[in-house]
Amino acid sequence: MAGAEGDDSLYPIAVLIDELRNEDVQLRLNSIKKLSTIALALGVERTRTELLPFLTDTIYDEDEVLLALAEQLGSFTVLVGGPEFVHCLLPPLESLATVEETVVRDKAVESLRKISQEHSPVDLEVHFVPLVKRLASGDWFTSRTSACGLFGVCYPRVSSTVKAEIRQHFRTLCSDDTPMVRRAASSKLGEFAKVLELDYVKSDIIPLFTALASDEQDSVRLLAVEAGVSIAALLPQEDLEDLVMPTLRQAAEDKSWRVRYMVADKFSELQKAVGPEITKNDLVPAFQNLLKDCEAEVRTAAANKVKVFCESLPEDSRETIIMTHILPCVKELVSDTNQHVKSALASVIMGLSTILGKDNTVEHLLPLFLVQLKDEYPEVRLNIISNLDCVNEVIGIRQLSQSLLPAIVELAEDAKWRVRLAIIEYMPLLAGQLGVEFFDEKLNSLCMAWLIDHVYAIREAATCNLMKLVEKFGAEWAQNTIVPKVLGMANDSNYLHRMTTLFCINALSEVCGQEITTKHMLPVVLKMSTDQVANVRFNVARCLQKIGPVLDSSALQAEVKPVLEKLATDQDMDVKYFALEAISVLALA
Amino acid sequence: VPPAINSTVGLCTTCRPMQVFTKTKSEIYLFFNLVCDPADVISTVEFNQTGEFLATGDKGGRVVIFQREPQGEYNVYSTFQSHEPEFDYLKSLEIEEKINKIRWLPPHNPAHFLLSTNDKTVKLWKVSEKDKRAEGYNLRDEEGRLKDLSTITTLQVPVLRPMDLLVEASPRRVFANAHAYHINSISVNSDCETYLSADDLRINLWHLNITDRSFNIVDLKPENMEDLSEVITVAEFHPHHCHLLAFSSSTGTTRLCDMRARALCDQHAKLFEEAVDPSRRSFFSEIVSSVSDVKFSHSGRYLLTRDYLTVKVWDLNMENKPVETYQVHDYLQTKLCSLYESDCIFDKFECTWNGTDSVIMTGAYNNYFRMFDRASLRDVTLEASREVCKRRAVLQPRRVCVGKKRKETDVSVDSLDFRKKILHTAWHPKENIIAIAASNNLYIFQDRLTPNGHHNMPEIQSAPPK
Repeated sequence: MAGAEGDDSLYPIAVLIDELRNEDVQLRLNSIKKLSTIALALGVERTRTELLPFLTDTIYDEDEVLLALAEQLGSFTVLVGGPEFVHCLLPPLESLATVEETVVRDKAVESLRKISQEHSPVDLEVHFVPLVKRLASGDWFTSRTSACGLFGVCYPRVSSTVKAEIRQHFRTLCSDDTPMVRRAASSKLGEFAKVLELDYVKSDIIPLFTALASDEQDSVRLLAVEAGVSIAALLPQEDLEDLVMPTLRQAAEDKSWRVRYMVADKFSELQKAVGPEITKNDLVPAFQNLLKDCEAEVRTAAANKVKVFCESLPEDSRETIIMTHILPCVKELVSDTNQHVKSALASVIMGLSTILGKDNTVEHLLPLFLVQLKDEYPEVRLNIISNLDCVNEVIGIRQLSQSLLPAIVELAEDAKWRVRLAIIEYMPLLAGQLGVEFFDEKLNSLCMAWLIDHVYAIREAATCNLMKLVEKFGAEWAQNTIVPKVLGMANDSNYLHRMTTLFCINALSEVCGQEITTKHMLPVVLKMSTDQVANVRFNVARCLQKIGPVLDSSALQAEVKPVLEKLATDQDMDVKYFALEAISVLALA
Repeated sequence: VPPAINSTVGLCTTCRPMQVFTKTKSEIYLFFNLVCDPADVISTVEFNQTGEFLATGDKGGRVVIFQREPQGEYNVYSTFQSHEPEFDYLKSLEIEEKINKIRWLPPHNPAHFLLSTNDKTVKLWKVSEKDKRAEGYNLRDEEGRLKDLSTITTLQVPVLRPMDLLVEASPRRVFANAHAYHINSISVNSDCETYLSADDLRINLWHLNITDRSFNIVDLKPENMEDLSEVITVAEFHPHHCHLLAFSSSTGTTRLCDMRARALCDQHAKLFEEAVDPSRRSFFSEIVSSVSDVKFSHSGRYLLTRDYLTVKVWDLNMENKPVETYQVHDYLQTKLCSLYESDCIFDKFECTWNGTDSVIMTGAYNNYFRMFDRASLRDVTLEASREVCKRRAVLQPRRVCVGKKRKETDVSVDSLDFRKKILHTAWHPKENIIAIAASNNLYIFQDRLTPNGHHNMPEIQSAPPK
């Protein structure tokens, strides 16, 4: 591509290359992100011999530049000449895999894993495996942690001698001096086990798992829990009891709450991996203990799993187990001292009703729901209310409505506006389940009260809520219950409330349809165009623009147009602006 | 003649000055250390894990790192401004740039990492070397002049060429906005992924990679600040057990917490406290019992605590009294009243173990520092002064006497200079090299009998002076 004269096409590339070393990190970053363009211009040969060696040594840069570089190199195979030359990408990625920044190292490992697939089996052994070994025996923990993520991708594709070496390297890293490397090994143990032959899982992985699960560092032990779940899924049922269960049992009773938390957090996966028999014999008591744990964090994690755990219990003994073992613990959690525990429980407890059926729900769960509906923390009450649909399916909502109402009213009047906002969002759902009658009787006044809340976000949400209610209950209901009240506010002495009328009309006109809009809403809007507050007037203009499409053309021409034209001559510039905008949008000019 | 001097001859004769670094701007100041720029006053000293590097922080927010040359001398390796003065507009509060603590991270890669903190913000610094430079631009020549575009006929990829070694310090993380009070300690956990920062009332736990979130693990703040009875003075992680941390308070207690038991460590696992004889209680009892420093021994079995008048060694297995107590400057007992008036009684002296936990060192007034040999129970007072160091002579033991001088070299309590105090000291983790900060001077002393890192102080003591 080198011409005798200055080549114009070279210029942009030349800039990009020069900016690889620009002092401005943003320009360097841009250049790195266009590395493929540079490589394409240089051609495969020069990319291999000049660009990559340069990149290998530029690991002094900022993290974001290195991160972009590591990512780019993962899809660089074509640019260096295809799979035949893919190993040329290893040196720069190797140096990136040793930097101190975890995100960069992880990205380099990800790219290495990606390009490992593009290596031929021979190249893998000649180029890739030696790199993994170099990293695994590097002086610094950064390189050794990176190695942990690479064993899994090369193991299935190498000869049995190399396989033996890889297993040996992994073993060494599992007993590394630094906790960082042991953590990396622990977190990759499950993945490595998946590619190993079953015999080696039993002879190699199990001892490593046992050792890591009793490591002196909490952070290593807790990662081993996840590995245990993966390993359990690989082993035949008859080996589980001897090979993994002792260790897992020990983890569920670990001295450190962080390890127990991890067990609670991974409980459903664990349950799936060990199967029904062990679940019945081991996991049920373990789960009971976690629900009663002395640390609130652990109880929270376990409480979150109550529904999933119960659902996945073997069907033949499900009800018995729940009634005799799980429910007593759940009852205690309902009056836990920690709000996060109660709130986690409240978000799943309603789910139990579908599992236990109508009678049990009425007898055992309903009292718990009622207690939680009266909980001192709004989050607990909200979580119950947000999951009402589960109960509705089983026993209908009527059973709850007596307690529901005070709970809703209290949340609706909570001093924290975010709590009020949250309950407003559940209103349409509640309305749907409670039915129009109950709603009119008990909740309608609340919905209207929110329209004059002193926080704008609440008034806005209340407006939106009205629209959703009308979608549910229909235009006729709207005309009878909501519209009169909304329009009544147009005469309020507070201009903010008058504006709320306009916002409601904005939201309601479409769902209410042409007739109601023209007959009832439009006259009110037009009347407000003479309001003394400019904010109201320009919102009239915006409102007319919004409801214009709902109206028929005669109403537009006869009623809307004159008003907008008048507003367009208003002395307030904002009113003018919005009036003119409405005129042009509605094509009334 | 009291036996004290003779019995400690062995210990002190082996210590001789290695180097002195004075942070002064002009020679005139050399002889008037007290008029040095306050920003130059060293506020913390810390060796790294291998002892190859030594970091100091000062009141001006600077960090100076010294590297040990193959010949044994420490030379300045890198200097950088870690913290700048700030102003908290919400609280109308000035935030000083003074470096309160420095802690090295275990080695990651060829670069070195350390945490430094002022009152509010902890920063993670990377100190790295660069010895290559990229050369060759497409659009400009080596002097930086733009090339004539018509001469560019081919693309040039930059090449890396060797250059003079450049040491760079770059801030990697800033851990801010987590402390309402002044940070007094930072400590890296043995899991190498977390560290703690402690202020007067709370201890927070951070992940080294995460700056926007920390967990509060200890909170002593009472609901009503009028009920406040104690503040946290120091906090430190156990050197090997990732779940143990110790923190001490102004009431003279040190608490050991087990992070395995609960997420919140407000309830301690052990409380180390010595009962005070009620008959000896005075107005100053609580003030002088306030713990100013806590250090776990390298073995992890003992805790060393410093209060105003003593250093104490506690066995983690015995809470009710220390296994060893050493008087640092007992002669000040009668002076507490004037020390209170001059605020000296609130000075926070640090303490340190040697590499094998056999000797304890801590500072005192008049630029004196004290060493205690645990096995022989011998102790010595040495002075860090420019005069001694100029001669590079072996340090001579000092003796403070109450009342009449018994020897010519004795110093009377009344003539002690309380403005000259040694608060910060550090001991090389493997060798008998110590670093002493006195105002704006950093003194480094080395035990001449053990240049190659034999770390057994007791043997040295028995060696005759040469």
